[in-house]
Amino acid sequence: MQFMLLFSRQGKLRLQKWYVPLSDKERKKISRDLVQTILARKPKMCSFLEWRDLKIVYKRYASLYFCCAVEDQDNELITLEIIHRYVELLDKYFGSVCELDIIFNFEKAYFILDEFLLGGEAQETSKKNVLKAIEQADLLQECTFPV
Amino acid sequence: MPAVSKGDGMRGLAVFISDIRNCKSKEAEIKRINKELANIRSKFKGDKALDGYSKKKYVCKLLFIFLLGHDIDFGHMEAVNLLSSNKYTEKQIGYLFISVLVNSNSELIRLINNAIKNDLSSRNPTFMCLALHCIANVGSREMAEAFAGEIPRILVAGDTMDSVKQSAALCLLRLYKASPDLVLMGEWTSRVVHLLNDQHMGVVTAAISLITCLSSKNPDEFKTCVSLAVSRLSRIVSSASTDLQDYTYYFVPAPWLSCKLLRLLQCYPPPEDGAVKGRLVECLETILNKAQEPPKSKKVQHSNAKNAILFEAISLIIHYDSEPNLLVRACNQLGQFLQHRETNLRYLALESMCTLASSEFSHEAVKTHIETVINALKTERDVSVRQRAADLLYAMCDRSNAKQIVAEMLSYLETADYSIREEMVLKVAILAEKYAVDYSWYVDTILNLIRIAGDYVSEEVWYRVIQIVINRDDVQGYAAKTVFEALQAPACHENMVKVGGYILGEFGNLIAGDPRSSPLVQFNLLHSKFHLCSVPTRALLLSAYIKFINLFPETKATIQEVLRSDSQIRNSDVELQQRAVEYLKLSSIASTDVLATVLEEMPPFPERESSILAKLKKKKGPGAVSVELEDGKERGELNGGGDRGGDAAIAASNASTPSPSADLLGLRSTAPVSGTTPSAGSLLVDVFSEAGPSATSAGVNDDGFLSSAPPTVASEDPAPPLPESDELLNKFVCKNNGVLFENQLLQIGIKSEYRQNLGRMYLFYGNKTSVQFVSFNTTVSCPGELQSQLNVQTKTVEPLVEGGAQVQQVINIECLTDFIDAPLLNIKFRYGGALQNISLKLPVTINKFFQPTEMAAADFFQRWKQLSQPQQEAQKIFKASHGMDTEVLKAKLLGLGTALLENVDPNPENYVCAGVIQTKAQQVGCLLRLEPNAQAQMYRLTLRSSKDTVSQRVCDLLAEQF
Repeated sequence: MQFMLLFSRQGKLRLQKWYVPLSDKERKKISRDLVQTILARKPKMCSFLEWRDLKIVYKRYASLYFCCAVEDQDNELITLEIIHRYVELLDKYFGSVCELDIIFNFEKAYFILDEFLLGGEAQETSKKNVLKAIEQADLLQECTFPV
Repeated sequence: MPAVSKGDGMRGLAVFISDIRNCKSKEAEIKRINKELANIRSKFKGDKALDGYSKKKYVCKLLFIFLLGHDIDFGHMEAVNLLSSNKYTEKQIGYLFISVLVNSNSELIRLINNAIKNDLSSRNPTFMCLALHCIANVGSREMAEAFAGEIPRILVAGDTMDSVKQSAALCLLRLYKASPDLVLMGEWTSRVVHLLNDQHMGVVTAAISLITCLSSKNPDEFKTCVSLAVSRLSRIVSSASTDLQDYTYYFVPAPWLSCKLLRLLQCYPPPEDGAVKGRLVECLETILNKAQEPPKSKKVQHSNAKNAILFEAISLIIHYDSEPNLLVRACNQLGQFLQHRETNLRYLALESMCTLASSEFSHEAVKTHIETVINALKTERDVSVRQRAADLLYAMCDRSNAKQIVAEMLSYLETADYSIREEMVLKVAILAEKYAVDYSWYVDTILNLIRIAGDYVSEEVWYRVIQIVINRDDVQGYAAKTVFEALQAPACHENMVKVGGYILGEFGNLIAGDPRSSPLVQFNLLHSKFHLCSVPTRALLLSAYIKFINLFPETKATIQEVLRSDSQIRNSDVELQQRAVEYLKLSSIASTDVLATVLEEMPPFPERESSILAKLKKKKGPGAVSVELEDGKERGELNGGGDRGGDAAIAASNASTPSPSADLLGLRSTAPVSGTTPSAGSLLVDVFSEAGPSATSAGVNDDGFLSSAPPTVASEDPAPPLPESDELLNKFVCKNNGVLFENQLLQIGIKSEYRQNLGRMYLFYGNKTSVQFVSFNTTVSCPGELQSQLNVQTKTVEPLVEGGAQVQQVINIECLTDFIDAPLLNIKFRYGGALQNISLKLPVTINKFFQPTEMAAADFFQRWKQLSQPQQEAQKIFKASHGMDTEVLKAKLLGLGTALLENVDPNPENYVCAGVIQTKAQQVGCLLRLEPNAQAQMYRLTLRSSKDTVSQRVCDLLAEQF
């Protein structure tokens, strides 16, 4: 996977994760173009589209669009389920997640994503294991370690 | 603000976020942000040392501001400080900031790397994971230099926690992708491969991504992963849906891992070990069977996960391209999906079928779905799905269905989305050319294309139609007539005017006999469009006019009048003005002879691959049109770039011999023929520009890999010649250059030159795919008695042909004595895993060694009588299978290599020719007479020579040409 974007129906970017080196300017351009392209599509349309030399896989959950860019040989359907599993993880962690949770706790959304995907590849697909890792980290929050 | 905030909340951050959300305008937001930035800056610069919590809060605010899209130019040092905090939560925010806002400030990088080093050696798995995540997120070269040596050790160490192994594997993958030279697996290779056997599914899931990437780059070193992957896959596929506990996803066991395993196997050819292969085939069959079972859940997640595996399995089956049974099953399965109610599945089925269409085993099966696909093109509501349908129609097109598919695509074009029109136009143009059986259909199609979607017809397309019309004399009259009719439309596209101007300028004479399209009518028609056209088109029309003056002297006065008018000769455009002045002068000063020479009909263009393909490829990105060969030249040469049409035409006809069969490269007269590397090669390289370098560059550093490959290929016997090889041979009797053979993988082009009893042939092997051919090997053999008749020497070609590349092979031929059979050319190579074995007849025929002989009528008849013994004569009477156009016949007879003798035969309809066949042993004089009977559409061909076998052979060869 090359990158993942979360954005609202108004086109506001809520999360951006880049797995390939790109300049800040390129990232902004890509996000802008892609958000526009996807928001222009009608609800019943296919979840996949060709975009430049990438395959875009996206799905809308309530007010948020989840969008992944994968390479030519990558599997579209399994990417769609990557998105779904991430949504499940957020949902379980926040308890019936909504867009506001991701706005106000954006750092958590990034931490959960890092436990699930690393370098653009699935690191741990078991829901239990990912949540266990996050909970352990939460438990450590206020502990002080000897340095 | 949400009620849930696990761990510690940062109240100040939440307030700030609320403030931003409450901003009514962009300006208010920027104002609020600037206020916050000033505040944070003063806090960081203040005298009071900040506590960890405040530092964390401010760093987090900066991060938020950055993610909103604003620039952040400070705070990096504070974030780095957080990395060495003894509070986990502060460390975590520090790492997040660094991961998102990478800064290549060398001082900072050193500090960051230090902090990471400490955490990696802390033996605290949570800290280790944080540090690894940071490396994986940043992935810079500095980090690779610092940690690429350490991470493999962590990955394979026995006491590393599973979660750390998972992070280490993917961290290494990111570093390898960014700096492959710094990540050396060496001693760790085997232990990394064995992670496929790990008990922890999460470890396998993470490690396999790394292994797949490494395998694709170094397949040999990692090849032991194949059997491990197969057994892992087999265990998952055969497990019950509950066996894998939390790795089961909506009743599908380990879908991610299954897909990754199937993907890894696509880095390799089919397993050689029979048992492993058997097990794998079983897995693939099970996956195909499961697709037919009723779903275990109605949730879309269930079917998506299941079908993700199915599509990946189909990709593997296509990659192997060696199991006809599985290929056909895959095709049937996709056929079901074509009508599925899920748009996603229809889209993927169309996409996947595109690749199936290029396999010889499944091409026919794919074709059975043509009606469904055409229907999809017409009825799908989503343009991206329609695009896939168009792609598939293009991929499944062959000679049998080309007319139907081209017609459907044309009718779709009338309503097609603007975004895909240009690509559709290119595809139609390519298919029309590739599968044109009769060229009048081709001309109709392209003119329709211009009519329907003129704006989207690029230069390449209309250059190409002209190129083809000029090279195919049998279609010139038809093209002139059709374009003349098309121009009658009151509003026609400018591209139509361009094609019309060019074609009528060259071939308007072919329809001038009909009073309805007399020269003046043609001219007036063209000129009626003139004022509506752009400057380049007007320039082209002016060139057409001067050609008219040559073709039809009766138009001279009218056209001179036009050229002389102020709007031409004083045109404000310099190009137009210059043309008007020059053409006017040329037409008034030059004698008819000079005019006729300067404005000679365009000579044929050298046969080359269509530049439209290159264009389509460029449009779709590499790989997208992998079926096609990339052309050496990017642009159509026609017309020297389009806007200076006539000039180029004039220059070209000046430069070359004004004969329709003249070799544009002048090879016949100039190329020295010798046994060594040709100096004439440079001439050829110009035409097939990519041939030289790619032929020499491959191979050298691949020796180790290659040295083991050729024996396996050589052990396979050459295939028998293809059934169509005689037909292909016949194509080259009267010409020396062109495309000898083409299938979906390979294209073979030929250029050849002959002098006396020697010949040299250049074969150009083009890899039309995006995948390299390995063990590429060609042999030329002379079967039976041909061995003593021809001496053929070849140079070996490099065994590796990169995707899209072309390699060249030189063949030297010496004719020892006259011969009948043709040498056999055998080509073997591996594409993917499958061995390709093709045999063709090399178009070396006895007539290639003709030396034309001019002689007067008396000499001809004297010699004719001398050769009157019955065995010296060979005669055939046969029906015309092409048009009986005079110019075409002449061109073919000249192409045969003989001299065409004028004013010899008392009947001007007949043709007589003479030539001497040069062999090392002897010279064989040869006389020929061809008597066409236009009414009966029959020919009588008579050959006389001093050798019976020669008479017969030349007669046989030539009879196939008309």
